[in-house]
Amino acid sequence: MANYEDIISKYQDLPGGIIEAYHALQREYSYIPEDAVRVAAEVFGIPTAKAWGVATFYSYFKVGKRGKNVIRICESAPCHVAGAAEVIAALEKELGIKMGDTTPDGKFTLELCECVGQCQATPVITVNSKPYGDMTPEKVAGVLAEYR
Amino acid sequence: MAEEMRIVLRNYGKIDPLKIDDYMAAGGYKSLEKARSMKQTEVIEEVKKSNLRGRGGAGFNAGMKWNFSYQVQSEEKYVVCNADEGEPGTYKDRIIMENDPQSVIEGMAICGYAIGSKKGYIYCRGEYPYVVDTLNQAIAQAKAKGVLGDFDVEVRMGGGAYVCGEESALIESIEGHRGEPRFKPPFPPVIGLWQKPTIVNNVETFANIPIIIEKGGDWYKAIGAPNYPGTKVLTLTGDVNNRTFFEVPTNTTIREVIFGLGGGIAGGKKFKAVQIGGTSGGFIPESNLDTSIDFDSMNSIGAVLGSGAVFVMDESRDIVDVVARIAKFFEHESCGKCSPCREGTKRMHEMMERLNAGEGSAEDVELLGRLGKVMSVACLCGLGQAAPAPVLTTIKNFNADYQAKFN
Repeated sequence: MANYEDIISKYQDLPGGIIEAYHALQREYSYIPEDAVRVAAEVFGIPTAKAWGVATFYSYFKVGKRGKNVIRICESAPCHVAGAAEVIAALEKELGIKMGDTTPDGKFTLELCECVGQCQATPVITVNSKPYGDMTPEKVAGVLAEYR
Repeated sequence: MAEEMRIVLRNYGKIDPLKIDDYMAAGGYKSLEKARSMKQTEVIEEVKKSNLRGRGGAGFNAGMKWNFSYQVQSEEKYVVCNADEGEPGTYKDRIIMENDPQSVIEGMAICGYAIGSKKGYIYCRGEYPYVVDTLNQAIAQAKAKGVLGDFDVEVRMGGGAYVCGEESALIESIEGHRGEPRFKPPFPPVIGLWQKPTIVNNVETFANIPIIIEKGGDWYKAIGAPNYPGTKVLTLTGDVNNRTFFEVPTNTTIREVIFGLGGGIAGGKKFKAVQIGGTSGGFIPESNLDTSIDFDSMNSIGAVLGSGAVFVMDESRDIVDVVARIAKFFEHESCGKCSPCREGTKRMHEMMERLNAGEGSAEDVELLGRLGKVMSVACLCGLGQAAPAPVLTTIKNFNADYQAKFN
């Protein structure tokens, strides 16, 4: 718990800083631990419900555990027509999990997302926010190997 | 044959974006110096005269907006750069910020001087942490050089909410709240961030400012279409040969963009549809391709210029399938504050999925049309108001695709 407070309190004096604090937590853990939301509420002097409301509003934040490496697949229209579905199928097969799930070893989480702004190279996936463009089912294993 | 014209991207590939000396050697920060030697009202007048209209999609006259904030007496005012580009198929703000961050910062500082603000925020989308790094380095260099004077700029990172591109939702997010749009009026130029007068302009809008101050409003307004002068950075996606970005004068036609610069349809196929302005834009048929891309011309054909995304679909594309995907996007991105949007996007997605699965009927299409009309007038913000556009324009322009699903 103390660790959460260390991270969060750096942003205590920043007006509206709770969102920056959540980003910092996610950089550390790849997700926002539930207890950290309570700590954030205390540090910023707001009701827990409000801190919770902010944390769960934004799709980039995930309250509760996820894997060390978060893989997001864009399914917005340009990626959709460029074959995102085949890339999704290949990722699910390669990792043996479904969208939204985490591998048993805690290494990878698969998530759908909307446009990540790399549309010159559709379809696009990101691993821990790093974009990989012009994805094909054949390229999936190679990308995953970087993080295994 | 259409040609590129680089105003916003004037330094693209010519300077090292992380070296402020490069930017300054190319004339950077001379416009800020010039602005500061002018009266505030003269700066605003110059921007007004250029008829520069907001590049984020709303197309409001930037100088007029600035004037609203200038006129309010307040100790504190804010300049906010909207870098939350979330329209699927759009990445022009990223290209600008990655390649010439100082031009955006200089534009903000000029705005700050004009309206009487000493504090700027760049609200950059959470999907671009690498752009946030670039911006922070650029700001640090500008501060070290002392070029910004007493104007301070800070970067805030969004959390992946499309609705935060709406200026009052963006303001809520900077304040550390859920990104839900505010009721308007009052508008942000009068009551905005922390209840103070706030100018929210798009990245591309700010990047236009230094050159307008340098060369004057008259120079700028002679470029492109008179009602929406200047250039627009476009990003081409979908079934087009050149999937890249271009900056063109605003009197360029859609056909010139797709078949000239874009190199035509990929794979030797035929054109079917183009959706311009992002995922909330209307679908445009072949018969309207000779329309110029400026704001008013696009509106006249029931479409929008929006963010400048150009999403091209060839003859093999199933329009209903694409629109069903888009409907899911809006259900996901609706913030839930107002019921016409919260419920409307959900039902719209439901009906589109039903039609796409071949289980719909003509009655569904009729209902979609009615729901869309209600949403476009009853939703609180631009998200809900624009969400039905892809549905309504495809029912109108690509009805055969719907018929094929239930005949």
